[in-house]
Amino acid sequence: MKFTDRLRHIDNRRVEGLSGMRRRWRALPTAVRWLTLLAVVVVFYSLPILNEYFVFPINYISTDIVPNGTDFDTALVATAIFVLVAVGLNVVIGLAGMLDLGYIGFFAVGAYTVALFGSAQSDLYIKLPHAVVPYRWVMLVLIGIALAMMSGVILGVPTLRLRGDYLAIVTLGFGEIIRLIAVNSTFTNGQQGIDGVPNPPGHFNGEPLFGVVDSRPMYWLCLTIVIICIFGVRRLENSRVGRAWLAVREDEDAAGIMGVAAFKFKIWAFAIGAAVGGLSGALYASRGEGYVNSDGFPLQLSILFVAMVVLGGQGNTAGVILGAVVITYLPERLREIKDERFMWFGVALVIIMIFRPQGLLPSRRRAAEMADMKAEAKEVSVSG
Amino acid sequence: MTGLTYGGIYALVALGYTLVYGVLKLINFAHSEVFMLGTFGAIGVWGVLGFNDATATPSLLMFAVLMLAGTVGAMVASGGTALALEYIAYRPLRRKRAPRLVFLITAIGCSLALLEGMGVVTDHDTYKAPTLIDPYPILHLNFGPLGTVDVDDVSVGIIIFALLMLAVLDVFINRSRTGAGVRAVAQDADTAALMGINKNRIFALTFLLGGIAAGLAAALYDVYIGNTINDVGFILGIKAFTAAVLGGIGNLRGALVGGFLLGLVEQWAGALFGNAWLDVVAFIILVVVLMFKPTGLLGESLGRAKA
Repeated sequence: MKFTDRLRHIDNRRVEGLSGMRRRWRALPTAVRWLTLLAVVVVFYSLPILNEYFVFPINYISTDIVPNGTDFDTALVATAIFVLVAVGLNVVIGLAGMLDLGYIGFFAVGAYTVALFGSAQSDLYIKLPHAVVPYRWVMLVLIGIALAMMSGVILGVPTLRLRGDYLAIVTLGFGEIIRLIAVNSTFTNGQQGIDGVPNPPGHFNGEPLFGVVDSRPMYWLCLTIVIICIFGVRRLENSRVGRAWLAVREDEDAAGIMGVAAFKFKIWAFAIGAAVGGLSGALYASRGEGYVNSDGFPLQLSILFVAMVVLGGQGNTAGVILGAVVITYLPERLREIKDERFMWFGVALVIIMIFRPQGLLPSRRRAAEMADMKAEAKEVSVSG
Repeated sequence: MTGLTYGGIYALVALGYTLVYGVLKLINFAHSEVFMLGTFGAIGVWGVLGFNDATATPSLLMFAVLMLAGTVGAMVASGGTALALEYIAYRPLRRKRAPRLVFLITAIGCSLALLEGMGVVTDHDTYKAPTLIDPYPILHLNFGPLGTVDVDDVSVGIIIFALLMLAVLDVFINRSRTGAGVRAVAQDADTAALMGINKNRIFALTFLLGGIAAGLAAALYDVYIGNTINDVGFILGIKAFTAAVLGGIGNLRGALVGGFLLGLVEQWAGALFGNAWLDVVAFIILVVVLMFKPTGLLGESLGRAKA
């Protein structure tokens, strides 16, 4: 047996095992499933605390053992934010089947909104009349989400009518335009960036709760938002909207004939994705030291976002979370690959697409679709 | 003039996008990296021949020899990369009849891998090309209130090369037997295969032709700009794609028109808003064209009504 065949055999066995596990999981009583999920969530919440006691297995995973490594709590915050990005992008790529290469643009819109309207250093903040607003940070984040969503709709309306390939290149262009505006405009202050972006509010023992000193509250906040978003997306996925997305992804023309307003649902997917992107950008801007500059939004990062979704398994929430964790956390832990990570993730994308397009943890439906396609290809090659 | 010169380079790269799109209906995102490797290929050849940015400008005869060697080097690098992409990445996918999203993601992955792989190899450094020729002004046009235009021989050379390459490709596609095969496959690959055309060979040929055009563009770019870096292809690739869409993707002559037009508009906009905004213009043009005339100025046609 050839080496590649053997590898494929092993991988097939792995996926069979996974689907077996999934079947057993579904057979469990609902209460048990909820309790298990709860336990997993509790473990995630307690990661920073476990790290303090340095118990197994944290003592192997933590970035604190890497010389000059990132502080574990800070790395956790970044990972949580990028998991949120992956969950949002999954709506666009995994559920609605549109390739968005400029997701970083929405991320940047969210981040810069909070920075420009919130930081006492920004020209915009100084020039605009500002009153004391209750829940100021929450308002800022909401504005960020709204602006990101709006830019998503503005971008989506002209391009979503066209073939899917154009969407990819237009979104790529959008991401780059946003970056160039950030670099070149005076109000965004280019590479020098904007300091003093407000942290989330709250005090504990007289100290601000979310600050530079302790990243743990920020992690808990991000994790909470991630969980809320995951639930929201899951509800959408299993609703009428989710079924419409599935139909459009499978065959847009057929869906249209059956009465699915394809264009409307595509715009919705795009806008929801953009909103989650804006939210994650807003969180990114207001974490820790509260600093944003134009270097934070390179286009390679946007392609890494796509890699997160594709690597883990498009359309499967657990899969994209895994993808995001691998792509964000792994380079922090294994410093050696940090400089070369873009290259390796590029290679990984190609390999995954050729051998296992459904990703490492495939979604059940996506896997079925792809198996279907494979069978069709076989039929063609037999008959032709 | 700068606009036309850049336009020539855009047009040559756009040929690659247009050819592949016309035949395979695939946006080859990795084409920008095909171009990038070409720029390194030419500099590599010149380096092997003992010319680097420290050596003096060679004589005219020597320049011709070096130019030829560099162009061949760039074409081999670019064409080879394009072929390798086709064989390693796209062909296995075609065999599985993968959906288009899978092709696109693969193309992105190839692009990222090549871009960053080259970045690791070159340490993200800028590589300087040897000065092969000093631009020599041959014309000075005065348009009165519209301003003056200085024409130098390097720019003229680039424009001529671009036109020449297009003419050769156009004749090849429209007149030769193999070209008829390319057009047939572009119309309907499966029917063409039934007519006895080896479609995989045609696909490979398309990638090769696009790569060769990109190689020529890369060598000219080295001479004109004088340096290269691993992410040189990215912006240029998007602009070339814009040029291809502007002229009508899948249409060879459209790529040329689009390239020159984009180059001119861009320089004009750069003069108006400042050079920092130059790169934004291409994207805005792209979005506007897609909104109002998605088939481009000359329409989409490779093997359709026009050809």
